[in-house]
Amino acid sequence: MGTRKYRRKTSHSEHGPGDGGRTGSWRVERPVLNESLCIPCKRNKEACFICWLFCPEIVISRTIPPTINLEYCKGCGICAEECPTRAITMADEADFSHEDKDSSCT
Amino acid sequence: MQGKTTILTLPAEEFVHPGTRACTGCGLAIAYRVGLKALGKDTILVVPPSCLTVLQGLFPVASTKLPCLNVTFASTAAAATGILAALNDQGRDHITVAAWAGDGGTGDIGLQALSGAAERGDDFIYFCYDNEGYMNTGVQRSGTTPIGAITANTPFKGKLQQKKDIPAIMAAHNLSYVAACSAAYPLDLYDKIKSCLSLPGTKYFHIHIPCPPGWGYDPRYGIKIGRLAVETGYYDLYEIVNGKFRLTAASEKLLEKRKLVPVSEYFRAQSRFRVLTDDQIAGIQQQIDQKWEGYYRQDD
Amino acid sequence: MHMIENGNVAAALGVRRCRVNVIAAYPITPQTPLTERLSEYVEAGEMKAEYIPVESEHSALAVCIAASSAGSRVFTATSANGLLYMHEQVQWASGARLPIVMCVVNRAVGAPWNVWNDQQDSISQRDTGWIQIYCSDHQQIIDTVIKAYWIAEKVSIPIMVCYDGYILSHTYMPFDLPDQDKVDAFLPPFKPDYALNPDEPASLNTVTLPDVRVDVRGELAHGYMEIRYLLQEELRKTLAVAAEAEKRFGDIFGREGDPYLESYRTSDADYIAVGLGSLTYQLRVSVDALRKEGIKVGILGVRFYRPFPDEAVASALKGKKAVIVFEKALSYGYEGALASDLKSALYEHLAGTGALPAVQNYILGIGGREIHTDHLTQALRAAIQGSISKEPVWIGLKL
Repeated sequence: MGTRKYRRKTSHSEHGPGDGGRTGSWRVERPVLNESLCIPCKRNKEACFICWLFCPEIVISRTIPPTINLEYCKGCGICAEECPTRAITMADEADFSHEDKDSSCT
Repeated sequence: MQGKTTILTLPAEEFVHPGTRACTGCGLAIAYRVGLKALGKDTILVVPPSCLTVLQGLFPVASTKLPCLNVTFASTAAAATGILAALNDQGRDHITVAAWAGDGGTGDIGLQALSGAAERGDDFIYFCYDNEGYMNTGVQRSGTTPIGAITANTPFKGKLQQKKDIPAIMAAHNLSYVAACSAAYPLDLYDKIKSCLSLPGTKYFHIHIPCPPGWGYDPRYGIKIGRLAVETGYYDLYEIVNGKFRLTAASEKLLEKRKLVPVSEYFRAQSRFRVLTDDQIAGIQQQIDQKWEGYYRQDD
Repeated sequence: MHMIENGNVAAALGVRRCRVNVIAAYPITPQTPLTERLSEYVEAGEMKAEYIPVESEHSALAVCIAASSAGSRVFTATSANGLLYMHEQVQWASGARLPIVMCVVNRAVGAPWNVWNDQQDSISQRDTGWIQIYCSDHQQIIDTVIKAYWIAEKVSIPIMVCYDGYILSHTYMPFDLPDQDKVDAFLPPFKPDYALNPDEPASLNTVTLPDVRVDVRGELAHGYMEIRYLLQEELRKTLAVAAEAEKRFGDIFGREGDPYLESYRTSDADYIAVGLGSLTYQLRVSVDALRKEGIKVGILGVRFYRPFPDEAVASALKGKKAVIVFEKALSYGYEGALASDLKSALYEHLAGTGALPAVQNYILGIGGREIHTDHLTQALRAAIQGSISKEPVWIGLKL
């Protein structure tokens, strides 16, 4: 099947997630959240969310608890570095089984 | 003046999808994400070839939820003018036109078109995201690469020349608004964009963008390094509103503290500055101190 | 309405009649009076358009590309090095399939500096995917601008309307100014398939891969090669669209001709002179003189140069004894580009038929070198008498 009937004649892109593929596969280390240290979790109210603000990949939610979309998280570690209570730590991907590599982490 | 935006009051709506081709820990991705929140839905973007072209996605998939015109390297500001002219002609003047270009696309190859548009006073916002080099082509020196930085074409001695001061060039066009921001201070960027939306003519934003592969640091330290640039007084956050200069955010706080972090901490955190000698760093420290003495005098 | 004006004003009036929305231009001789006139129309309120006095030709076409992408009808004009400075944008406009109309007021290119007429500027842009039309008089200039918008918007391909600097741009000739209501009947408002719009966001001209790729709706989209193939395919189809435009124009304005070629005394001719633009009118004097001697010679003016009307050209030249191609430009290192194109068409359509004419190529008028009619006559006579050279012969050279 060719592209003869494609609706456009030029480079005309429409938006959607994952242009770069499932970028979670780029990850060497994954962020792991310890809710007992996380400020909004501890206070059970909207607070802090520095991890959400600085996430370049927009994979952290501004929710209680914050969730991390591992399908796309590239594992940069900015969230772990910026977390004022060290509630997020970076763990070696090799320690996780292949099956749950892309699953969401809370 | 409006109240300052906080993490909790920053709008939740995102205009960028996850899963872009941007490098891990890309500073541009942070500034772009927050910048688009401030610009809002009724915006048309203009982008020349740059890291952002890659972040934006490859045909037929776009990672940004706003309309965008990809244009030739030297024509960003002229293309913004063209969109603006069409919108004016069609009465669609509620739409904001925003150009996003890199430092090479702004201060080197794109400077003529930008100067032309600024002189005409065309009413759009121009963002220069300054990662201090041609990063998308493999880290070559640009006009804004700082002195001492190793790049792919300043391989052994580091760049021998000073960084070109593009915001000063733009300020010389008597713009209604010029701002210097940093990806490490996204809320400052957000508030500045919001504050200038209703100002007439060309608005210019310069955004300091830490770049892990170009600057040589572990991606997790991107915000720290961006912050160090400001806390050392090396890169200043400011705005010039109708000719009136004012330090903002963390730079404004430095004015009160009157104590700068030694700039060596900034240099030593990045491998690109590995050939800078202690003597050279001392010289740069002296320049920074002189600059800040000037700020202090003005403040007094 | 009949009027007497120069060629630049004829072009400006055409642009005004087409209700162009956005004009961007940078001054360069001999284009300047055209865009000055447009700025007068806009400032005086006689034309509702945005006039952008840009800082370079590169930006002039950038403004047009962007405004066209945002849904407005656009115009620019340039000459010589201005066109060369645009070159990157010229390619961008056709690749993005934008129906931009640009007048190229033909002038020699540097180095060395030369402000006089030849056609090296537009000929050097032959392979950029634009439609190129050459005009021979002021009526053709104004009519071609109007037809150009119709064709360009029909096929989403930009058009260069080319006319000789000074010889046409600065000389005064009578022409008919088409009535606005007739132009409105001929040319509907510009309605692109897509215009940049936050309610229907799209990213245009994004990086495109060597291979095809699935889009967000699961449909297989083109790769770079398919997009480029479509440009070529639709450029070739533009020949039929140009014929449709000519017919439509004739129905409304009562002026109709061959959409591609302009013939003069060719029906019984054994020899044909070929050229682009105003030169083909000057050649009429030589042809008339030779006809008085009983030599059956005619002229074929190529108006539509890209896409090249190869079939029409071959058909018009079939069985002629010799074809003499006069050019004010050349593909340096070989011969005139028109001569090469013409030979290619002849070979394609007439090889093996025994109807292949001999082809002589003359280069003349480079950098405004005066073209003497008696030189043209001598050149025609030499070729007719069998003097056909492999290399192009330069007329008027004083080496």
